Amino acid sequence: MFEEYLSLFIRAVFVENLALAFFLGMCTFLAISKKVETAFGLGVAVIVILALTVPINNLVLHNFLDEGALAWTGIAALETVDLRFLGLMCYIGLIAASVQILEMVLDKYVPALYNALGVFLPLITVNCAILGGSLFMVERNYDFGESVVFGLGGGVGWALAIVLLAAIREKLKYSDVPHGLRGLGIVFLITGLMSLGFMSFAGVQL
Amino acid sequence: MSEHKPREVLLAPIFANNPIALQILGICSALAITTKMSTTVTMCIAVIFVMTFSNFFVSLIRNIIPSNIRIIVQMTIITALVILVDQVLQAFAFQLSRELSVFVGLIITNCIVMGRAEAFAMQNPPLISAVDGFGNALGYSVVLLIVGFCRELFGSGSVFGVQIMPLSTEGGWYVANGLMLLPPSAFFLIAGFIWVLRTFRTEQVESEEFEIGPNTRVSPAF
Repeated sequence: MFEEYLSLFIRAVFVENLALAFFLGMCTFLAISKKVETAFGLGVAVIVILALTVPINNLVLHNFLDEGALAWTGIAALETVDLRFLGLMCYIGLIAASVQILEMVLDKYVPALYNALGVFLPLITVNCAILGGSLFMVERNYDFGESVVFGLGGGVGWALAIVLLAAIREKLKYSDVPHGLRGLGIVFLITGLMSLGFMSFAGVQL
Repeated sequence: MSEHKPREVLLAPIFANNPIALQILGICSALAITTKMSTTVTMCIAVIFVMTFSNFFVSLIRNIIPSNIRIIVQMTIITALVILVDQVLQAFAFQLSRELSVFVGLIITNCIVMGRAEAFAMQNPPLISAVDGFGNALGYSVVLLIVGFCRELFGSGSVFGVQIMPLSTEGGWYVANGLMLLPPSAFFLIAGFIWVLRTFRTEQVESEEFEIGPNTRVSPAF
């Protein structure tokens, strides 16, 4: 049991890294990776939100949307209803809601962290890595325990990738890049090379 | 608000103001599906459909959306359109929808769709907004199609599944470039695309934060 979870975690962090293997959350990944500090703040926010929303969406899927999932209501007419086509709308709504709630909770109880995360929290709603995490959970039929581990692992992997990229970009400021490649172009190349590096984890299994 | 000419609105995003190469929008769901032309084309059509109509509908109701819940309203419109695309794909092209897996759903969080709804459709009348959505989606598609074409041609020697260069494994002469089928190649191709684009349109070159000073010391080799 524990080994299974550990293996899933390692796979989510390194082998199936959301940013470098599936290109999820690329817009924020490329735009907000100029400084290690901000990248780290954003990374932490993504870890928290992914670890929250993937299990929540898992519960919603299995208790409301799946075929026959509404049987617990005891209403005969609802027992065979299949609401999975509403999935996308529920997931994105739940993600937006949990981001909002987290923002309010942090503001009230942990103002230091709230100030550190600042503008990144609302941005996270439209980060594809978050919705992607939930959709992968649906596609791969994870149960509740697995979805907790997958959410956490996916978040850690994404945070790791953005902090690494930010560290490289900080060093890159002093290098002489060809004119046409300056800025966005060279960042694409670096991300490609990092992704190549992460490919060497493929096949790692516990 | 100045008048927008339909022709400019339609053509500007393709090269002059390309959403992927210049605005860093919508890269997220784009790259993973470009290993084959068939999936790439499907994705392009889906994005063109969603963007044109989301811009149109957002613009239709732009005057009655309260500004503090506009994001949720836009999101709902986009999501409804994406669900439509997803259901149609599952019904009529199940194999393709399997291959695209989660990436159809991810059009929702594709920043171009939201970005154009927020930046253009909220201020402009419906028809011109639809044209803007169509143009931006075309700009996105151009990059995607170039990347998809290169990856399928060099990665497996075919285009749309039709063998153009016979593979050495099947007795032909072309040795397939395995790198092209792996995720990193998409990054390299887009970087190349940006480089070429900016070589011809030098006004898009980003300025550096630091300027490297000229080498003033005489090299010890002399």
